[in-house]
Amino acid sequence: MAFLTVNDLEVSYGLIRAIKGVSFEVNEGEIVALIGANGAGKTTIMHSLCNLLPKTTGQVFFNGQDITHLPPHKLVPLGIAQVPEGRRIFQELTVAENLRLGAYTRKDKAEYTQTVNKMFERFPILKERQKQVAGTLSGGEQQMLAMSRALMSHPKLLLLDEPSMGLSPLYVNTIFDMIRTINEEGTTVLLVEQNAKKALSIADRAYVLEIGKIAKTGTGAELLSDDSIRRAYLGD
Amino acid sequence: METLINGLSLGGIYALIALGYTMVYGIAKMLNFAHGDIIMAGAYAIFVVIGLQGNLLLSAAALLVAILLCVTLGILTERVAYRPLRGASPLAVLITAIGVSYLLQSIAQLVFKSEGLPVSTGAASLGSVPFLGTNLKVSSLLTLGLCIIIMTALTLFVDKTRIGRAMLAVSEDRAAASLMGINTNFIITLTFAIGSALAAFAALFYLMQIPVVTPVLGSLPGIKAFTAAVIGGIGSIPGAMLGGILLGVIECFCQSVPEISPYTTAIEFGLLIVILLVRPVGLLGKKRREKV
Repeated sequence: MAFLTVNDLEVSYGLIRAIKGVSFEVNEGEIVALIGANGAGKTTIMHSLCNLLPKTTGQVFFNGQDITHLPPHKLVPLGIAQVPEGRRIFQELTVAENLRLGAYTRKDKAEYTQTVNKMFERFPILKERQKQVAGTLSGGEQQMLAMSRALMSHPKLLLLDEPSMGLSPLYVNTIFDMIRTINEEGTTVLLVEQNAKKALSIADRAYVLEIGKIAKTGTGAELLSDDSIRRAYLGD
Repeated sequence: METLINGLSLGGIYALIALGYTMVYGIAKMLNFAHGDIIMAGAYAIFVVIGLQGNLLLSAAALLVAILLCVTLGILTERVAYRPLRGASPLAVLITAIGVSYLLQSIAQLVFKSEGLPVSTGAASLGSVPFLGTNLKVSSLLTLGLCIIIMTALTLFVDKTRIGRAMLAVSEDRAAASLMGINTNFIITLTFAIGSALAAFAALFYLMQIPVVTPVLGSLPGIKAFTAAVIGGIGSIPGAMLGGILLGVIECFCQSVPEISPYTTAIEFGLLIVILLVRPVGLLGKKRREKV
């Protein structure tokens, strides 16, 4: 069985079926992207994976364990961290406090210091601003903080929901470089993105989502050269 | 000076109650209108333990019993009445809270009847000390001192501990907090427990000033403390402290002037209206950015 297996997931908002039976897999060590237009259901899938939204039907297995009905806070100790859409950093707390909250489930102090220093090394701006209230950071800095905060829990699987949303092209590149680095260091990544070109360029495999269903799947390179994908998502 | 100390100690009591309202509002996003009745329950617990033979030692023991009862009641109401409504419309939760309030009052009425029952906390025997030409009641000084200690401890707990940080996180963004591995239900239960423990302290301090227990004992201090929480900015811990102290001092000063003392309550609620007109979020309240 794959590292993360999603079987026949359905999610409804009242009578509206937003996700109509989606199945996909993520293997250990991969970067897998879910791409699709606005309203295709990408964020709904991310929220329901962590049970921020209830699933109507379907099963989710992680590392061989059934996590279909586990509440979100029990997923973190298993090694799943999510960077939610819109970053959702704690705006009224400082940068340092945000990072401490990321390590909420890790009790080892030495490990904490080591991890936080690693984040500061990767993003020196966070070190500079550690005492600053997080709401004062720019969008790109907030995304760096959100990703660092998620990494503080030492996840095996990182779920990234629209990491490039609302960022300047410069920051988009920084963020995608970081995703690749995180993956090279051994973290499996499931990435949801509207920026299909960027996502496909770093993804090992990808699924194309259209109105609640998976329309196509393939390697990142295959999909990048697929004519219908190019027309629909890459603007060529 | 005497009025000021009395006002500060009354303000301390309001602040303790207001903290219960404001913390529950900040973290569970609901107005717990049954909070005042938790104080009433604590007052009856104190009555049962000490009756009329109160001395300070017995009062301390009664306080422990009251804390136990209030915390149990607080957790129980949250589990039974409020948790099933998580995610329901705020109006449904509000009505439920009012229902819980009447339920607690009715139970008290069934068990203890509706007449006021006198309690002796031993506060009167403490007498007063002369200070700069006035006499200060020792019970007021004691109340004030304990309120300051409790509020300092609470502030340190919220700002400096891991659980306190988790409370701040839940208060700002419950979903994001759960993604950090924080058990949000546990944090909400804990908040109710802390608020209820503070209510038990408030019950004892209240009885030290007005030593009669009735089933509606919690209503007026409850509504005034709620006013204090709103004046200070609901959801803000320092705001509740400031609002409570402010209201207590104003109340005592109004009552010390015979010409305006009949209008005390009107002045207090008038102040609420003025502050809300000038600063709708309260004195120390923060405008929350709407989440997209």
